[in-house]
Amino acid sequence: MEWVNAVIQGILLGGVFALFATGLSLAFGIMRLANLAHGTLALLAAFIAYSMVDATGVNPLVALLAVVPIMFVVGYALQRGVLNFTLTGDPLTAILVTFGLAVVIENVLLERYSADARGLDAGSIESASIRVTDDIAIGWFPLMTLAVAVGVLGLLYLLFARTRAGRAFRAISDDRATGRLMGIDDRHYYALAMGIALATVAIAGVFLGIRTTFSPADGNAQLLFGFEAVIIGGLGSLWGTLAGGIVLGVAQTVGAQIEPGWSVLTGHLVFLAVLAVRPHGLFGRALPA
Amino acid sequence: MTALLELDGVDAHYGQLQALFGVDLAVEQGETVAMIGANGAGKTTVLHTIAGAQRPSRGTVRFAGVPLDGVRADRRVGLGIVLVPEGRRLFPSLTVEENLLVGAHRRRRGPWNVARVVELFPSLDRLRDRRAAYLSGGEQQAVAIGRALMANPRLLLLDEVSLGLAPVVVKQLYAALPGVVAEGVTLVVVEQDIGQALSVARHVTCLLEGRVSLRGRPDELTRDRITAAYFGM
Repeated sequence: MEWVNAVIQGILLGGVFALFATGLSLAFGIMRLANLAHGTLALLAAFIAYSMVDATGVNPLVALLAVVPIMFVVGYALQRGVLNFTLTGDPLTAILVTFGLAVVIENVLLERYSADARGLDAGSIESASIRVTDDIAIGWFPLMTLAVAVGVLGLLYLLFARTRAGRAFRAISDDRATGRLMGIDDRHYYALAMGIALATVAIAGVFLGIRTTFSPADGNAQLLFGFEAVIIGGLGSLWGTLAGGIVLGVAQTVGAQIEPGWSVLTGHLVFLAVLAVRPHGLFGRALPA
Repeated sequence: MTALLELDGVDAHYGQLQALFGVDLAVEQGETVAMIGANGAGKTTVLHTIAGAQRPSRGTVRFAGVPLDGVRADRRVGLGIVLVPEGRRLFPSLTVEENLLVGAHRRRRGPWNVARVVELFPSLDRLRDRRAAYLSGGEQQAVAIGRALMANPRLLLLDEVSLGLAPVVVKQLYAALPGVVAEGVTLVVVEQDIGQALSVARHVTCLLEGRVSLRGRPDELTRDRITAAYFGM
């Protein structure tokens, strides 16, 4: 029963990984932009929520109503004002700029909040659970996290599959220059894509802050888990991102079940195994030449 | 009468390499102009300069009398200038219908929609849900022309429609062009296949090493003059 519990907890943990990975997947899928500031931007969202909770006493889940649009605007402005200019030539430029951005944001957060670990208190939902058997309990908050991840991915799926904007995103993902020749303002759509990516990472950051403590230096670990989930699921596949998050989550909880210190290591090993066997990921696909 | 499109002394460079040297061109509303020339003559560069994919280093492009300096390619589509690029350049992960709908992203008012495009190219009807990556060359070219028409262009720029296609397919595609012109669309057709180009054009411009080497009506130009202008002999 302990193993069944480990798998169930892993699936639930996969929700938060999937939320982290969604923004990365969007930025890479649409713009071929590996955003190394992604994890730090999630922490920025968590700290914005922390300040709002601190100032107003509002529940962090309610604070999301403000944090998500704030991060959308931050993402739009960041892409339009900075990152669009890095995507014209060598891909290394964008990687270096986002790395620098992560360093700057981390230091600003350290200056403002110090290196102390913080947490977001969402109230009784954090400890409430559904007892399935004597050995298995499903926490309401992890369940809500997974449900939100599925909901976010479902909405994004509808956006990309059914709307004019979604077609434009997919077109410039295939061929930016031709998209422009068909009337698509690629600068605007890239900025929208980053806005959406940071809106999802705002949810991930706040949920992370409720789930565990966080400090300004935690961004890189979250970035790594996000990248692993994206690559396990397959680049450019939204539902693959969810699957990647769940596989990583299950790998970590099962690893911890074997030996408590093996949690993160097992996740990395499963990531490497998937990469070796299916380089395009579980749901990624290569187009014909 | 003001020409719909005017190029006035246009130079263009790729880095240090000059591709166009003072190119002049005037295209009247509703006419079809063929631009011919050997590989590297600058035909595609002229189209890119008109569509906004290439910035002229000197000279002016005017559309309906308005200079296009600084107008981005995506905004030119809204003005009615649409390019069918060389090599088709479809969006491979999108279906045929989605490719057509992307063409309508910044559409003007006009007669062209998915149904009209399918009427023009009936073979596309059964391919609507097929991803563009899995189409034959002729099917891709039909989608590329249809995608451009979805914007309801005033000026349609066709770059090497026949490139890499079987003669019978090229003939079918060119047979569709009078239907496009009948809707009032002005065409600039770039071709290496001189016979095809002359069959549809009212005016011909020949480029040689980035310069206009000949212009005139097809019925006024002898084969020898065209050959001389084409090869620089």
